[in-house]
Amino acid sequence: MHDTERQQRRAAIRDGLGVGVAVGVSGVAFGAAAITAGLTVAQACALSLFAFTGASQFALAGVVGAGGGLVAGAAGALLLGARNSFYGLRLAVILGGTRGPLRTLVTAQGVIDESSAVAFAQPTPAAARAGFYTTFGTIYLTWNLTTLLGALGASQVSDPAVFGLDAVGPATFLALLWPRLRGDVNTPKEETVQLRLIAAGGAAIALLATPFTAPGVPVLLAAVAALIVMLTPGTPERAAAE
Amino acid sequence: MTVWWAIAVTCLGCYLLKLAGLAAPRRVLDHPGVRRFARLVPVGLLAALIAVQTFGHGQDLHLDGARLAGLAAAVVALLLRAPFLVVLVAAAVVTAATRLLGM
Repeated sequence: MHDTERQQRRAAIRDGLGVGVAVGVSGVAFGAAAITAGLTVAQACALSLFAFTGASQFALAGVVGAGGGLVAGAAGALLLGARNSFYGLRLAVILGGTRGPLRTLVTAQGVIDESSAVAFAQPTPAAARAGFYTTFGTIYLTWNLTTLLGALGASQVSDPAVFGLDAVGPATFLALLWPRLRGDVNTPKEETVQLRLIAAGGAAIALLATPFTAPGVPVLLAAVAALIVMLTPGTPERAAAE
Repeated sequence: MTVWWAIAVTCLGCYLLKLAGLAAPRRVLDHPGVRRFARLVPVGLLAALIAVQTFGHGQDLHLDGARLAGLAAAVVALLLRAPFLVVLVAAAVVTAATRLLGM
C-alpha cells in the first residue's frame, strides 16, 4: 500500500473517531430528554439501539412529552429519518458495493448524518470506507452507552426542568441545522438563501398550526415550506447539475 | 397506540429507510426532484422542531424566559464556533441558572 493511501485512511479514521466521540456523547442529552418527556429508561435505550438516528429519536420523544399524537409522532420521526435513504444511495456507490447481504444489513444501521458526512469528505473509496465504519462504530458505542447514563441520571431527578434539560432538544436541532443556514464556500449563495427561507417558513407554519392540530402534526406540515420554495418559479435548479 | 408501539414503528421504519437507500433502484432516487426535496426537507423539519419545542407547551404557545435564554446561549456558542457538546451544555446551564434566579 502506498504511503499516501495509508495516510488518507489514517486521516479518515481520525475524523471518524473525533466526530464519533463528540456526537456520540450527546446521547446523554437524548437519554435525559427522553426521560424528561416521560419515556422509560428501557424505551430510551431501545430507540438508541434500534432507531439509531438522533433527530428522529428527539422528535418522537418531543411528541410524547407534548402529550399526544403518537401516530403523528412516529410519522414525524420517519419523515426526519427519510434523509438517511438518500445518504444510503450515495454511500452504496462510495462504499463500493457492500459485500454480501449480511454486510449490507449491518451497514444500513450505520447510515446517519455523521457517518455519511465523514465518508463523503474523503478523497478515495478506501478512505471513505475507513471513515464511514470508524464513525459508525464509535457513535454506536458511545451513543448507546451515554443514552443509558443520561436516562438513568435524569430518572433520579424529580423535575429535570430544574437542570434546563428541556432546552437541550431544541439546542440540538439548532446545532445540527446551523452549518446549513450559515452557508460555506462550497454552497452557492442562492441555495443558502433558499435554506434560510425554508427554515423560517417551516418554523412559522409549525407555530401557526400548533394551537389547531395534535402535537406532531405541526412539524409534518413544515415539510410544505420545502415544497413551496422548491416549486417557486425562478429558483435555481443547481441540484440537477450536481 | 401505546408508546411502545410508536417506538417499535419508529425503530423498524428508521432502519428500513436506511436500508432502502443502500438497496434502492438507482433511477428512483436519482430523480433530480426527489434528490432536491430530500436535501431541502430536513431544514424545514428541524426549524419546525426548534420552534415548537421552544415556544410550544402541548397545544399552547407561550414564552418560557429561561428556555429562551438557553437557546440564546446556544446561538452565542454556535457563533463562537463551539463544539456540538458545548452548545448543548451552554443551553442547559443557562436555562437552569435563569430558572434558579427566578427569572
